[in-house]
Amino acid sequence: MAHTHESNTKRIWYVFGILSVITTVEVALGIIKPEALFMNNFLSMSLLNWIFIILTVVKAYYIVWAFMHLEGETKGLRWSIVAPLVFLILYLCFILLVEGDYVYEVYKTGQIKWNF
Amino acid sequence: MGATVNSNDEHALLDGGPGPLGATYGKMMMWFFIVSDALTFSGFLAAYGFSRFKYIENWPLADEVFTHFPFLHGVSAPMYYVALMTFILIFSSVTMVLAVDAGHQLKKSKVAFYMFLTIIGGGIFLGSQAWEWKNFIKGEYGAVETVGGSILQFVDKDGKRVALHEFAKVLPGEREQLTRDKGFWFTEESSLPTYTVAEVIEGFKAHPDVLIRTEQIVKKEKVTLTREESLKRIEGTKYVVEGASLIRNEYGHKLFADFFFFITGFHGFHVFTGVLLNVIVFFNVILGTYEKRRSYEMVEKVGLYWHFVDLVWVFVFTFFYLV
Repeated sequence: MAHTHESNTKRIWYVFGILSVITTVEVALGIIKPEALFMNNFLSMSLLNWIFIILTVVKAYYIVWAFMHLEGETKGLRWSIVAPLVFLILYLCFILLVEGDYVYEVYKTGQIKWNF
Repeated sequence: MGATVNSNDEHALLDGGPGPLGATYGKMMMWFFIVSDALTFSGFLAAYGFSRFKYIENWPLADEVFTHFPFLHGVSAPMYYVALMTFILIFSSVTMVLAVDAGHQLKKSKVAFYMFLTIIGGGIFLGSQAWEWKNFIKGEYGAVETVGGSILQFVDKDGKRVALHEFAKVLPGEREQLTRDKGFWFTEESSLPTYTVAEVIEGFKAHPDVLIRTEQIVKKEKVTLTREESLKRIEGTKYVVEGASLIRNEYGHKLFADFFFFITGFHGFHVFTGVLLNVIVFFNVILGTYEKRRSYEMVEKVGLYWHFVDLVWVFVFTFFYLV
């Protein structure tokens, strides 16, 4: 795309600002660990961890959309990249985490006492 | 580029030629390489999640493990250092995207300048990671491993960690390391810890205010035993553990160090590769290769890879240090 291309520097610095703020919030929360968020669970994970994961996905969105400039690609290319990733990663996490939790339950309530 | 390029234009062909979906083949290849690499990292992190869920009740607490900061000796600074590393990598991502932006406007010297900054950022990140590994491998407090394979750490009455050298008793007698030239050619052992098991046990008995902290987590905190329970538990000690290796580590579950070395190591390898690619492209920019082509798409492609490395770090940061 050699033809005239206006500069995007303003947006780049704006995104950098967002990423920095999110990281700072994450670190602050990680150090303070507010009691209400840390001790209360949602779907067997603490609210704090949910916040961390959501903030991470927001960061990933900005990196991929702004820095990797997926927002400027055609719709077809965007979907062929994002859709397989979203589907496969969710699937992988679902299978492995459920299985991990199951093994934990077996150890805890079953008669097995040692590693396999 | 798309429609403006005719297929006889060899410069355009160097970028892979115009392909479907409005992108060149070169760029698409980079994108789909990134998709597959992202799945590889997802596999690693999901495997980490599996092990963690499996041992949810005795996994090490990350903010007790990574507490070092350069020039702050003895100060517990959880997370600050990794946060700094995250900022370094995000910032080098910014300079990379500024280089790509300057490339769109065909400003050669600006591209070179931002590429240079990106390379420096990558170098600093790699150095930081080396320092992080050094601290992790060296360890701080030391621990013992029982016959059953669990790690016991030492704390005082207030729950503050106590290092082995603060209480271990030095006993007479020397224990020599078994090396290949001293026994059978196939038998050897890794370097010996500073204290023997007997020295730690004797020292522990002589210090009534030292207690044992187990790996078990109850209400998000590791369980500390009473003095009587501690004395009983110390008898089952088999190894003295200092720092971390792939076999055992003083922080807790063995898999923790394995995953740490493997995932951050694989990511560090990607950063190293990224720096290498950036250096090559940097020299091409200086030599005017892309100026002649009238297209800085190569900068854009290594840029994609570099941002991907940053993206992976964002996830490693969350799942290793925060969650």
